[in-house]
Amino acid sequence: MTSPAEELPELVIEAGRAERHYWRDLWRYRELAGFLAWRDIKVRYKQASLGIAWAVIQPAVQTLLLTFVFGKLAKMPGGDVPYPFIVLCGLLPWQLFTSAFNGAGNSLIGNSHLISKVYFPRLIVPLSSLAVSLVDFGIMLVLAVPLVAIFVGLPGWQILLLPLFVLLALTIALGAGLWITALTVRFRDFRFITPFILQIGMFVTPVGYRTDFLPNWRDWLALNPLSGVVDGVRWCLLGGRTTLYLPGLGLSIIIAILLLVTGVWYFRRTEKQFADII
Amino acid sequence: MSLPAIEVSGLSKRYVIEHESQHDNLRDTLHHTARKLWRRVRWGTGFESEEFWALRDVSFAVQPGEVVGIIGRNGAGKSTLLKILSRITEPSAGKITLRGRVASLLEVGTGFHPDLTGRENVYLNGAILGMSRVEIRKKFDEIVAFAEVEKFLDTPVKRYSSGMYVRLAFAVAAHLEPEILIIDEVLAVGDAQFQKKCLGKIQDVSRGEGRTVLFVTHNIGIIGSLCQRCIWLESGHTKDVGPTAEVMARYIGVRGANNAEVTFAANDTRAGSSRGRIFSARVLSGNQVRSEISIEDPICIELEYTVDSPAEEIIAGIHLHDKHGVCIFSSGPTQGWIGHLRRRERVVIPGRFLNDGRHTVTFLLLRSYAHIEAMVPDALTFEITETGVGRGNFTGTVIGCVRPVLDWSGETLPPESP
Repeated sequence: MTSPAEELPELVIEAGRAERHYWRDLWRYRELAGFLAWRDIKVRYKQASLGIAWAVIQPAVQTLLLTFVFGKLAKMPGGDVPYPFIVLCGLLPWQLFTSAFNGAGNSLIGNSHLISKVYFPRLIVPLSSLAVSLVDFGIMLVLAVPLVAIFVGLPGWQILLLPLFVLLALTIALGAGLWITALTVRFRDFRFITPFILQIGMFVTPVGYRTDFLPNWRDWLALNPLSGVVDGVRWCLLGGRTTLYLPGLGLSIIIAILLLVTGVWYFRRTEKQFADII
Repeated sequence: MSLPAIEVSGLSKRYVIEHESQHDNLRDTLHHTARKLWRRVRWGTGFESEEFWALRDVSFAVQPGEVVGIIGRNGAGKSTLLKILSRITEPSAGKITLRGRVASLLEVGTGFHPDLTGRENVYLNGAILGMSRVEIRKKFDEIVAFAEVEKFLDTPVKRYSSGMYVRLAFAVAAHLEPEILIIDEVLAVGDAQFQKKCLGKIQDVSRGEGRTVLFVTHNIGIIGSLCQRCIWLESGHTKDVGPTAEVMARYIGVRGANNAEVTFAANDTRAGSSRGRIFSARVLSGNQVRSEISIEDPICIELEYTVDSPAEEIIAGIHLHDKHGVCIFSSGPTQGWIGHLRRRERVVIPGRFLNDGRHTVTFLLLRSYAHIEAMVPDALTFEITETGVGRGNFTGTVIGCVRPVLDWSGETLPPESP
């Protein structure tokens, strides 16, 4: 029995009131976020019979392909690094972004049954969808780092900065994903935009080539915030054998923050209607 | 007197239905916006939009420990009210104060994932309903025992029978420990025995543990046995609030005009799912749709539905209720159907069998004799009119659910000898 002296939490529901304790609620529902992330990871590795192998096969094949296209056909310079490793170190962050962006972008539609039946701060859904991409990235990283160490050389102090670039990649993916997922609730068309963006992105992001040998294009490429991420991760993993273009990185960070802030703003603005129109 | 657990005042919810706009896709919206601008430029008005008030100025209070039922026809605003109370959607006006932890069950098994095992789903579903990890761990054994699925804990729930699935889902929900529990018709699932168990649990929760329960259902019998007080909603307004017996009597008394034929929209969620769907039903007498039928005539009830179920049988059925809300009988064809087909089922209730007054028919489609695919409560109503049959010279009310004409025989006994 509850004793009368016990303080009961009081909840007031009013039009426009949800705003007030949104961020506090988001923190309070952190356990649910954890559970949703855990569910996504479990399901991903349960459904695929090859399981973890998928996290390896896909980048391996892509590395070979891009090495052939950019290294052999287009004869892009690799410098003192074997070309496949230029590509591999570019693919790692690109894959991270792709799966995080895809996951966040589809998250609300994928969880529509929850949204129409239970209350929780909706921001939890795209946030927790990021976990799967992080796990995939972790697996690839664990496999890639020894290879790099054997064929290219031991990584230097630069690798300690890797988490910052991962954070940057997730910020961009979440910012863009929030826009897409909120828009998809209202306009289902936006689901088709995601693959389109990713297809173009693959080429305007220096995944298969290094930017420090392309001084003329560098500034243009920097407009794509992912250039900074891909260059950065490559620089971390290859122990500084490529150079980091700092102005480009700065721009990348600014764009990433801008994307996230506007993404959160639009998501919050439309969030209240999700349950009514999803 | 302590403060009420639930205090609702002036609650309203408005939906705007914009005519000529189905902007589910971007092209339509762009097109629509362009036309809207053009009209505004030319005539200074936009498109007409119609306001629809799902709830209008609803106020009530529920004391701690009270079990309150919400009744009303379909579309009266019951579900909207529960959705606002559960914070799924925002009210347009008004204020609600909830004192205590709230848990709402608008559906059994929200967030269950078919690929996860029973054990995993208990944790996931518990978290979704608002339990903490520690709380779930503490109650885990109790939940599993209640659901009777011990042996299948590490089997993915997609391999569960629908009964097991529902039991597990309800078990998690039943072990929530909020001060305020909001429940929407979740009991329309599971087999009869399990439904009884669920009811018992809800009764325990409210009586024994002193929780506040707000309860929406079409099952009038349940409301009668569970709730002390009732709120009757009609087209978004509170029509009546009071002790269950009184509200129910008035509710049953005026429940709309007779309705001898119905058709259902293809998106009506009550009328079916992708596996089976009722599309029309009617009451016939002498091959005509009639809402007033003489007590002497047979009554034919006709039901038309589609079946689209490759593996599991879809079975039709009806419940017949009298003017007091008592179920007179339930019945259905003995055969179910598999595949992709349309069916019409007909049943004849003999004349000189039902009592006079208003009767309502509830339609159901069951999957595999266990799972409810469609349930349309009180879809049809018809009136049986009196002709004096079986009365003799008696002029009072003939009580009873049925008024069969029975063969009586008798003889006059010789006078008792002294």
